[in-house]
Amino acid sequence: MSEPLTPPAAVPVPAPVPAPSSAPLLELADLRVTFATEEGVARAVDGVALTVQAGETVGLVGESGCGKSVTALAVLRLIEHPGLIAHGSRVRFEGRDLLALAERDIRAVRGNHLALIVQEPASALNPVLTVGSQIAEVIRAHQQVTRGAARSRAVEMLKAVGIPDAEQRYGQYAHQLSGGMRQRVLIAIALACRPHLLIADEPTTALDVTIQAEILELLDGLQRQMGMAVLLITHNLGLVAERTRRVYVMYAGQIVESAPTEALFAAPAHPYTQGLMAAVPRPDAPRERLAAIPGQVPPATAWPAGCRFHPRCPFAWEKCRAELPPLLPAGEGREARCWLLADGPHGDATP
Amino acid sequence: MTPPVTPLLDVTDLTVHFTRRTGFFGSRRETVQAVSGVSLAIGRRETLGLVGESGCGKTTLARAVLRLVEKTSGTVRFDGQDLFALAPEELRRMRRRLQIVFQDPYASLNPRMTIGRAIREGLTIHKLAEGAAADRRVRELLEEVGLSADAADVYPHEFSGGQRQRAGIARALAVEPELLVCDEPVSALDVSVQAQVLNLLMDLQARRGLSYLFISHDLAVVRHVAPRVAVMYLGRIVEEGPAEELYARPRHPYTQALLSAVPVPDPLTKRPRIVLPGDPPSPVNPPQGCPFHPRCQHPAKDQTCVSVRPELVESAPGLRAACHKG
Repeated sequence: MSEPLTPPAAVPVPAPVPAPSSAPLLELADLRVTFATEEGVARAVDGVALTVQAGETVGLVGESGCGKSVTALAVLRLIEHPGLIAHGSRVRFEGRDLLALAERDIRAVRGNHLALIVQEPASALNPVLTVGSQIAEVIRAHQQVTRGAARSRAVEMLKAVGIPDAEQRYGQYAHQLSGGMRQRVLIAIALACRPHLLIADEPTTALDVTIQAEILELLDGLQRQMGMAVLLITHNLGLVAERTRRVYVMYAGQIVESAPTEALFAAPAHPYTQGLMAAVPRPDAPRERLAAIPGQVPPATAWPAGCRFHPRCPFAWEKCRAELPPLLPAGEGREARCWLLADGPHGDATP
Repeated sequence: MTPPVTPLLDVTDLTVHFTRRTGFFGSRRETVQAVSGVSLAIGRRETLGLVGESGCGKTTLARAVLRLVEKTSGTVRFDGQDLFALAPEELRRMRRRLQIVFQDPYASLNPRMTIGRAIREGLTIHKLAEGAAADRRVRELLEEVGLSADAADVYPHEFSGGQRQRAGIARALAVEPELLVCDEPVSALDVSVQAQVLNLLMDLQARRGLSYLFISHDLAVVRHVAPRVAVMYLGRIVEEGPAEELYARPRHPYTQALLSAVPVPDPLTKRPRIVLPGDPPSPVNPPQGCPFHPRCQHPAKDQTCVSVRPELVESAPGLRAACHKG
């Protein structure tokens, strides 16, 4: 059913991948998002900095409530009341400050050069429009093309994401498609304008593992053809290991570690990352007790003082309870937010 | 591993089909073949892992094991007694010995009832403890699952997902069951909390000598709790055997594809991936022959697969697979 992917016609492939030394495609600096709640102000995203280079796949990993999805929404400026992107936050995409753009200008960016796929294929599609017309609509919103041209581009996109009988499927509604097919349609919508960056927020979490594999292979192929960059947001360390080149680990609204993927898995530097990796059951490992991280993620309205991980950290000492560590160098191209790196594991770093 | 001599749970050739009305004003009837001819056995202190993707029938099987749905044919024996032959009063007494833990603990915890009352309910219904003795028992149970005794006065919504699942387990344990059916017990939990609950289940088994039917879509999770694993596809068990053998050398092409699709948290592990075409067929209209044949990637697939349904046959010591080419 899923034919080898052919890129939509009339588009030159492959897109050149610029050298990593050029300015990043996406650059977040000191991104802060707050939500006013009954329990107080939730600092859901609290000073996040990250970069994505053209053409690369970067992972953003963390558990629920760590702020990874809010980060994605903030990049596209889709934070709604009572959420607020704080002054001083910076989101630069292709050299432009997205937070400074007028509403109509940000709309021209969304779905065009910068696209988003979310977790729930059922609720992300409009139930009363045919899936094909939803793709054509995106194309016409961003490009000066006739209805007929948009329609044939939409059909090509349906074919490109491996949907059989694309002509017939064009006229169907979301409820007539399986979960896997709906997720393909969402990918087709996201990629219709050949974005330079795709933010994929748990793109396969709602799907069965065999369908997940199929969708990810598809995304991989399309990414290679289009030379697009992907920011893959997930809780699944397996996906990060398999699909990304660099990783950011998030905990309690902050980046706690960043590293090249292989280096991170070979030797995680932050105790949270270490705990997370030890807690994941592996399909290829023998049966044994898992090393669980004690306690749970604190609520965003009450991040602990000092290092936010200290109440759950086996290495925490006085300094960790009092002072929030900055991101400290942790090897080549790596950083981790942990006082162990400042004082050395044998200095005054003993609990 | 040889099957236990007198299994605690013995399911033989169990079939559960539902008839439902569809079409305009329900003018058409169709039959959902949720479970077809499933046989499995679980001994005392044993865990059987049951894996499969959505719609494969694993939850219906779990419910049939507890006689929460009626069977179409076959038998479910618990400690030698046929559950479907029991009179209502006998069944009620038998239910004390089989309990279920759901994916969403809200399914077993009344939102308007404190955790303590929810746990106490089972004690009262089965006349296991009353008054101060029941209160004491509730506190002991809460502590046994790693909650504080004060949790008795808390409502389910005040808990985190992990705490709620612990409470759900305490409620199930209150009536001193022998078999716990765990239906996706950690699927809604974050990785760090998931590990806590899995460890708890393993500790409880060691301490209480429980048997588990552990159902999950997550092959890695099942690998950790179950020494023996069964794989379900379209209402049937397609492979069953010792976990070590099944994960290392899966015989059935579906098990092979399923295992190859699981991402391994190690960037240096590069495995060939078998990508299955299309979605699983509908259990309303399962294919003739081998239920897996329309998606099967086995190079030797032939006309036999299309027309003849393969039986589960032993293909290695203790390992059975339903594949003509296995």
